[in-house]
Amino acid sequence: MSLKQNLVELHRIVKRFPGVIANNGVELSVESGTIHAIVGENGSGKSTLMKILYGAQQPDEGEIRIKGELCKFKSARDAIEVGIGMVFQHFMLADNFLVWENIVLGEEPRSGVSLSSELAISQIKELSSKYGLAVDPEAVTGSLGVGERQRVEILKVLYRGASIIILDEPTAVLVPQEVDELFASLRELVAGGVTVIFISHKLDEVLKVADAITVIRAGKTVGEITDTSNVTAVELATMMIGTILPQPATDRGVITEEILLEVENVNLVRDGRSLLADISFAVHSGEVVGIAGVEGNGQEEILEVILGLQSQTSGRVLLMSTELQHLDTRHRRDAGIGYIPADRQRDGLMLSASLWENSALGHQRQEPASDGMWINRAALREHTQKIIEKFDVRTPGVEVSAQALSGGNQQKLIVGREMFSAPSVLVAAHPTRGIDVGAQAAVWESLREAKRQGKGLLLVSADLDELIGLSDRLLVMLRGSIVAALDPQAISAAELGAYMTGVRMQETL
Amino acid sequence: MRSLSTPLIVIGVAALVASIALLLAGHNPLSAFSAMLDNLSSADNLVTVLNYASRYYVMGVAVAFGFKMNLFNIGTNGQYQVAALFAGALGGWLRLPGPINLILILMVAVGVGSLWAVIPGVLMVSRKVNIVVGTIMMNGIAAGLIGYLLRTNFRDVNDRLTAHTPTIPENSHIPQLNSVLKLIGIHLPDTTSLHGFFVIAVVAGIMFYVVVYRSRFGFDLLASGRNANAARVSGVHPKTMVIRTMALSGGLAGLAGMSVLLCQQFEYGDRFPLQLGFAGISVALLGRNSPIGIAFSATAMAAIEQGSRGLVTANIPQEIGQIVQGTLLVVAVIMYELANRRNQTRMIKESALAMTVETSTS
Amino acid sequence: MSMFRELLNRSRSMVGMTSLIAGLGVMSVLSLARIFAHAPDLTSSGTFGGAIGLATPVAMAGIAGLVSERAGVVNIGLQGMMVLGTWGGGYFGWHYGPWGALLGGAAFGALGGALHALNTIQFGVDHAISGVAINLLAPGVARFLSSIFFQGVDGGSLTDSPPVGNLGKLTMPFLAGGRIGSFSTPDIFGYLERRQIFLISDISGLCGGFLRDIATETVMLLSLIPLAAFVLWKTPFGLRLRSSGEKPSAADSLGVNVVGIRWIALITSGSIAGLGGAWLVINIGKYQQGQEGLRGFLGLASVIFGNWKPFGVFLGALLFQFTESLRMQLGDDPSRGFVFAVAIGLALFAAFQLFRKSKKVGLALIPASVLLFVYILNVDRVDDKLSSTFPFLITLLVLVFSSSRLRPPASIGLPWSRGKDS
Repeated sequence: MSLKQNLVELHRIVKRFPGVIANNGVELSVESGTIHAIVGENGSGKSTLMKILYGAQQPDEGEIRIKGELCKFKSARDAIEVGIGMVFQHFMLADNFLVWENIVLGEEPRSGVSLSSELAISQIKELSSKYGLAVDPEAVTGSLGVGERQRVEILKVLYRGASIIILDEPTAVLVPQEVDELFASLRELVAGGVTVIFISHKLDEVLKVADAITVIRAGKTVGEITDTSNVTAVELATMMIGTILPQPATDRGVITEEILLEVENVNLVRDGRSLLADISFAVHSGEVVGIAGVEGNGQEEILEVILGLQSQTSGRVLLMSTELQHLDTRHRRDAGIGYIPADRQRDGLMLSASLWENSALGHQRQEPASDGMWINRAALREHTQKIIEKFDVRTPGVEVSAQALSGGNQQKLIVGREMFSAPSVLVAAHPTRGIDVGAQAAVWESLREAKRQGKGLLLVSADLDELIGLSDRLLVMLRGSIVAALDPQAISAAELGAYMTGVRMQETL
Repeated sequence: MRSLSTPLIVIGVAALVASIALLLAGHNPLSAFSAMLDNLSSADNLVTVLNYASRYYVMGVAVAFGFKMNLFNIGTNGQYQVAALFAGALGGWLRLPGPINLILILMVAVGVGSLWAVIPGVLMVSRKVNIVVGTIMMNGIAAGLIGYLLRTNFRDVNDRLTAHTPTIPENSHIPQLNSVLKLIGIHLPDTTSLHGFFVIAVVAGIMFYVVVYRSRFGFDLLASGRNANAARVSGVHPKTMVIRTMALSGGLAGLAGMSVLLCQQFEYGDRFPLQLGFAGISVALLGRNSPIGIAFSATAMAAIEQGSRGLVTANIPQEIGQIVQGTLLVVAVIMYELANRRNQTRMIKESALAMTVETSTS
Repeated sequence: MSMFRELLNRSRSMVGMTSLIAGLGVMSVLSLARIFAHAPDLTSSGTFGGAIGLATPVAMAGIAGLVSERAGVVNIGLQGMMVLGTWGGGYFGWHYGPWGALLGGAAFGALGGALHALNTIQFGVDHAISGVAINLLAPGVARFLSSIFFQGVDGGSLTDSPPVGNLGKLTMPFLAGGRIGSFSTPDIFGYLERRQIFLISDISGLCGGFLRDIATETVMLLSLIPLAAFVLWKTPFGLRLRSSGEKPSAADSLGVNVVGIRWIALITSGSIAGLGGAWLVINIGKYQQGQEGLRGFLGLASVIFGNWKPFGVFLGALLFQFTESLRMQLGDDPSRGFVFAVAIGLALFAAFQLFRKSKKVGLALIPASVLLFVYILNVDRVDDKLSSTFPFLITLLVLVFSSSRLRPPASIGLPWSRGKDS
């Protein structure tokens, strides 16, 4: 067996941020000329690792070796110098530019004083054919499909001489056929002498294409697999998610026959892509329905459809047997849908406004915020005071602006505001993301209380503790469909992970 | 309560720039400022300042309504002039009994101004036409349309020399407040009068406050400006908000023009002020879109203008007043932006501090 | 020789086959109108020449706006920069003659551009607000400076500067009868024009307008248009400038100095607007308060009408000013007024149909043209004030009906700073 030198080596990488240790001793060894996958869940530390690799962040401890040489990247430029090229998940392309313009920007080929489009086009065609990345250099970038745009991004780094290409969740935006095309391109890249590192959480795909895999969990490397034919998907999933599942602690006795929220055969197609495919489920009074799955698989979209922020292509949403099709967001909120948004700063709060103003957001047409046309400030302030006391929001007062509160307290305020408005259905998306442990416990208790009060809860989360601990029923979403309906009390971590990552599919739902 | 330091710095820098300009032109800044103050010291000067300030105030409120929603109504120039033209023509022709005529004139002004603002608003929500571009185009159309109508259909046929709408009879003017002031013991010289529009300005200010800060509509308006996403999620209709706000803004702009039409000139013609709309934008920006702030900035602008008229005595060009106003605006805009940034960083620091306190106690 | 072929290729790709056909279509319509209404002045070189001249300051404002917007910064302050340009043109033109006027106008306009850059790039002020502030500041500055430098001077006053000389006119030899030394040359286009042949004479009229008796400063300023097209699309700098307006985060990640480029773009924008002001000074003969009219905003309109392309901007400016020029040529004769209104209506109709290829526009314009017909039959002449609304009205129509064809720079007006992902 020939000794292949490790092209990229990261040893004992540590990176700290205020309040959290993102990388706590990460190890990575990538052989030259391979497709190497880094897998891990959201929050496992893989995005920080990636930023360190391409120079956007510097590690607090540890070393980076390229071709055996110690390297320090002070900026992305330094990484580019040694041949590292980064292809981001969110493409950085100017839609109105032609493809070749996007590729050569910043390193333009000239003829005399002017820009030589002929040179650019010929160089790109050369790279295209060498690496099998078919793209029309003279097409308008905005007219390209997602797969083609990705090829443009890859060509961008190749044009600048990259020999190590890092791809961040490259299949997140692709349909299955495009995924196959991408993988074929990756193999051609490797055949042409390029080394590919790609980051993913979709284990079925990873196993299809990777030569080696590094598994990251909670900031540490928990597995380094150099022979991918020797590992099973379930083993991988277990490594990724961990073997211990939190104890389910939920009271099923509260659930009644009454259906509060029903989603029937909802489809959503946008720009030719199917974002939701035949989603159907019901939430009963006193029931918590949890939707599991890695972010980006349609969870955001189904919530938008339920809230009326997006119109479904087909299918129905019913609130207590009333069809919501013709009701706008305002009427749906007023009819009794409470919402704890995933991104509280973007969708749930007015940061520059005071707490008492924020407590009316979403409920400004109901008591106590308004009576008729006018806002009842005094009543609203009192109301906010009640929220603060009952939900333990730590703040000097109700006049403070929301921005001054910590994330946990902001979230408690939002939860309190929704609970106080007595909704029939409470939709909670990642309700404890980014908040401290104490606030998290408080929010969970509030959700349990809501359940006891007979509300129907729809919980979307990527936090397994949360899902298992609160849900009566688990639905797993992957690529816009519900791929599994599980009983949280009866599954193992490995199984759940397998469904979430597409390794296993449920035969009957 | 925002600190006073920023406005003071703004005034200071503007004064500095003006002084430098005067020095470069060979004049003495101190004598300029004293001449200006001289022209502000008598009762009739102060009354003039109040009259002009009322006009700027209402226009400023018109613009501020839009700003509260991040909607930049730059079309106030066109709106108030078209409104005044139609209102003046109607009022001059119909000659209904006094108070009825007056009310009709006001309604036409508000309605036409509203309409002229709603058109670009509709274009924005239905066809995504940028509001700034739309209102600029409407300004251009207004200029030509007014010129044409004034020359033809709306013209007072009795006057061959200048083009203007028929004069509005005295019983339809907005009454002066001199007699009212006498009741509370203020006696104004016969040469000056406090326009009744002052009352309208005060009412407009109160209405601004009440609508924006106390009504449900105002809550939605503020929410749309603070965080359009969160507003949408909370059930606000973005499109309806735009139309309503533009209607309000344009209507108030039309009302502002009535200060000239019904208190001063009593006809719409070539002598009608041309830049009142932009003055309103200036005043709103300087006053940071708040009811009290705009009152201060409107008064300040009017005071600078009035003071400048007194510069003749010191042989200093009056135009320095315009430079002061322009500089004030530019400096204010910059300083407010910087102040906003400082506030943001301060608040983030505070919340980070709060979080560390929390995690250490929980 | 190959450079000539390059130039031909470039112009064809820049102007495009559609535009050529559309242009021929418009000319044909005008030609027919000329023939059937016996109005040879409709497409005479006098008319076109007048239009080209009148269009120049608007086109300059348009190019100024284009440069700025292509870099991602909305420039509403064009009006103010033009005002500064007129003042600078007046002052330096008075002291140093017409060439001084051009330089002075550019310099003063550049100051306006620099202020806009300071506000928007360094301080992050909203682009529109900064533009409005500059528009408010500039006239005050101009008036103040006039009170110091022009008032009390022989020939000057608070509102006018002393006279500024002009730069004379140029005429192309052979094609338009210009002189070489003391020899006169044949006037080919003039000959063709006088023959009154369908389409040929009209195109000759157009060419004659460009080549005969054209003011020197007009030639100089109009040459900025192809120059702008070249720089923006055929140089690396131009690519980087456009990327700053399309996707600054992408440009920044590739090492492009977006901040520096925007500064350059804004200062250039200001100076071009200032040159437009200087043109007015030279052509009117002096600085005059308010001579810029609404040209800054017209320039903005032509940027939109021209779809953010230099030749489109010029076409827009030309179209907007064509009615003015015609009016000046034809006077107030009713039948001629009839003719020109119909011609305009039909030309617009044809232009829209061909340029925009949008059925909705065509359908909307049929009733519009009919209305125009009815209106003209009932009035003696088209009021100049009313026609001054047309450019703005047309631009609004373009925005409403052709929004899908418009391609403004994708990131224009969006706040951006280093390290932001947008």
